[in-house]
Amino acid sequence: MKLTVNGETHEVDVEDDMPLLWVLRDELGITGTKYGCGIAQCGACTVHMDGIAVRSCQLAAGDVTGEITTIEGLGTPTALHAVQEAWIDLQVAQCGYCQAGQIMQAASFLDLNPDPTHAQIDAAMSGNLCRCGSYPRIRDAVKSASSKLKRA
Amino acid sequence: MGRVKTIARRSFLIGSAAIAGGVVFGTYLYKREGTNPLLADLRAGETAITPYVKIDAQGITLITPRADVGQGAWSMQAHLIVEELDIDPATATLSSGPASAIYYNGVVGVEAMPIAATSDTLLARTGRGAADVMGKLMGLHITGGSTTVPDLYDRLRMAGAVARETLIRAAMQQTGLPRDQLKTENGFVVLPDGLKIEYLDLAVLAADIEPIQDVTLREPSQWRYLTKPQKRTDVIAKSTGTQTYGIDMVMDGMVHATTRTNPALGGGLAGFDAEDARKMRGVQAVLQITGGIAVVADNTWRAFQAAQAVTCDWGPSPYIGNTSDQFAAVAASFSEDDQDSQFKDDGDVLAALEGAELVEAEYRIPYLAHAPLEPMSVVVKMTNARLDIWTGTQIPRFVQANMAKLTGMDADNIHVHVLMSGGSFGRRLEDDYIAQAVEIAMQLPDTPIKMVWQREEDFTHDFPRPLAIARAKGAVRDGAVDTFDLAIAAPSVAESSLARLGQPAIGPDVAIVAGAWDQPFDIPNYRVTGYRTPAMVPVSSWRSVGASGNGFMHESFMDEMCHAAGVDPLAERLRLCWHEPSRKVLEAVGEMSDWGSELGANRGRGLAFTLAFGVPVAEVIEVTNTEDGIRIDKVFVAAEVGRVLDPVNFEAQVQGGVIFGLGHAMNCELTYEDGVAQQDNFHVYEGMRLYQTPEITVRGLENGDKLRGIGEPGVPPAAPALANAIFAATGKRIRELPLSKSVDFV
Ligand code: FES
Ligand code: FES
Repeated sequence: MKLTVNGETHEVDVEDDMPLLWVLRDELGITGTKYGCGIAQCGACTVHMDGIAVRSCQLAAGDVTGEITTIEGLGTPTALHAVQEAWIDLQVAQCGYCQAGQIMQAASFLDLNPDPTHAQIDAAMSGNLCRCGSYPRIRDAVKSASSKLKRA
Repeated sequence: MGRVKTIARRSFLIGSAAIAGGVVFGTYLYKREGTNPLLADLRAGETAITPYVKIDAQGITLITPRADVGQGAWSMQAHLIVEELDIDPATATLSSGPASAIYYNGVVGVEAMPIAATSDTLLARTGRGAADVMGKLMGLHITGGSTTVPDLYDRLRMAGAVARETLIRAAMQQTGLPRDQLKTENGFVVLPDGLKIEYLDLAVLAADIEPIQDVTLREPSQWRYLTKPQKRTDVIAKSTGTQTYGIDMVMDGMVHATTRTNPALGGGLAGFDAEDARKMRGVQAVLQITGGIAVVADNTWRAFQAAQAVTCDWGPSPYIGNTSDQFAAVAASFSEDDQDSQFKDDGDVLAALEGAELVEAEYRIPYLAHAPLEPMSVVVKMTNARLDIWTGTQIPRFVQANMAKLTGMDADNIHVHVLMSGGSFGRRLEDDYIAQAVEIAMQLPDTPIKMVWQREEDFTHDFPRPLAIARAKGAVRDGAVDTFDLAIAAPSVAESSLARLGQPAIGPDVAIVAGAWDQPFDIPNYRVTGYRTPAMVPVSSWRSVGASGNGFMHESFMDEMCHAAGVDPLAERLRLCWHEPSRKVLEAVGEMSDWGSELGANRGRGLAFTLAFGVPVAEVIEVTNTEDGIRIDKVFVAAEVGRVLDPVNFEAQVQGGVIFGLGHAMNCELTYEDGVAQQDNFHVYEGMRLYQTPEITVRGLENGDKLRGIGEPGVPPAAPALANAIFAATGKRIRELPLSKSVDFV
């Protein structure tokens, strides 16, 4: 089957029910997307399908109907996305393992809701677990990214 | 920019050197002891002036031997070196270095000794010295106990200074200029006429110079990085998906593996049927390993699927299998036979309790899983000649020794490459997952193998924080806390984990009473007794170890005693506290939280204080009892670390510690049935989510005389401060964790 990831089209030979997460990580070698729970509880595997945040551990390869963007496609160290900039400015990451998922969730959320309230941020980001407890900075970084995006 | 480039690059080796970091009249002496392990692997054009700084024509590599498990240890170690070396940390490459005795931890052993951090007696100083000697002799290359900063603060700055001075000496030889005419700046030696020689161009010359050992460290007033907000060296990689964790290693020809061992801990494998699994797509092998099976496939998910398809005949667990029986065993160990310690026995507790009106309470805390978000994973490759291991681990030298035993290989041929860890919380002080991967490699030599555990395997094969029970008795006199008698029973972490590291556990286990026996209060009659429950399921260190639960017990009872005495919990702690830096922490948190001010209906405020790892921490938590349950509104934290080396990461570590403490106190427990952990993923072990996260205000104090680490000390006061706040808001005293057994949370 064909998959478009970060603007590049790949031909992959996998079972329909292989979760996208493992296609990305083990078939395509795109490892920024992380495995944390495999059951939609942690959000570490969050990617975008046509710009919308999805849990790649729950999305079967056969059900991919749109273009996939991973953290590597959102921005790079030399061309950062506004959300990544905010994450770096506020030094959100501790172990960092959850942060690709957090950033992808935040980017998609801010795209749909550029000027969120505190409560909306809390609701949108609560499916993403951070075992290190970086939540206060995640909250601040989403707010900061929101104002960055508004200025842009 | 003028660059003098006259030296031809060539290959070389320099003499052995290492450091100790003793102080003599304000000057730090760089002693030659042991062998610089970097010298063995130097390639042409590389030099290693100290075990912490390697230079070649391409750049400077800083060796940061303490593992980064999210606490920012790599970045902090790099900043300690560059403060003296004078380079921009962003331009350096960081490496964990090889497993080596030279990278020993001279502080971690102190936590195992019954020495109060507040004590400065001759005995205490001797004990601390012994920990350093022990660490060095045993070559304890280990990360833990919030020791990275206290252990390496001098050593790494020394390494930076020695490297700098040696490079300057090289510049002197090259230019003929005297020392006092040369300065350093951002990777260059600067000549009086403004010309600059890049460090990289001095590397070859420096290699032939005996490292300059007699150097003076800079005064804090000259610092450019330390105590200023630092930019963590990993922040860009971790925000762009480019940080490589153990689970991300990719090698040519690598296969993907997973393991399944008996979920009934220690039960072993009686037999298995892998016929179906072997037929599944991508499956290359189903192998037997100790206690279970391994599947090797061409994709992790295929390995997961196939592992589930193997029918295993598991043996029964040899341990007490059910949590109710486990608690019963703990309860039964409050006996003379099982008494382990009584490090604190002030006044005459028995006489004081005799005939007094008793305040009595019993507290319980559950087993807890570490569950770092990166599940246990490792890449190994074994050939006839060598074994290479890439993973996040806190114990590279123990890994080396244990894998030597497992394979029969010479430890020198086992190379442990420590990668960034996606969390640990103590889990990576164990090497069970590495041994499994090596068992696979022994059956599949010459093939790089990545082994990843399913999250369910990770939860059910943890070495949890032990459960514990505390029994407390107290009495008040004239409106004051007068007698405080706390007895704590728990299985021993030291006994369990040291055995796995092949080390003896001698004497009492301080962890059973840590965070309780060593608190800085002058209560007239004050006793803390530890009881050691005979070993049950294997247990291990969990972020803040013994204090993680003992803080809850001690500080819940302190709150109960203050209420019984009719005194304000902050005022009474201040009255009882003899340790000035601890008093300051209590005063600070009182001021930050506006302690004593009116909060309004259904609201409450709780205070707790724990001195752990030498760090006094006080936390005040405000909660509201809403219709949907308890909402945690605000947390105020004051912590004393001697000197805050990076205020940005300091705040992150304290906030993270508080959230770790609160999340587990709210809703986490690991329970067993027939030896099988019942919580196998995050849907039944949630912790805190963002919507529940309070505002957390942090203040670092610098009144103490010693530098301390802050990775763990924020954890212990969180649970009791929350329970005390719930009591203040609702009148309900909760003596068992998790609190969700007794109240709902928003
Ligand atoms: S791995 Fe997909 S939500 Fe946790
Ligand atoms: S930063 Fe470690 S899990 Fe979020």
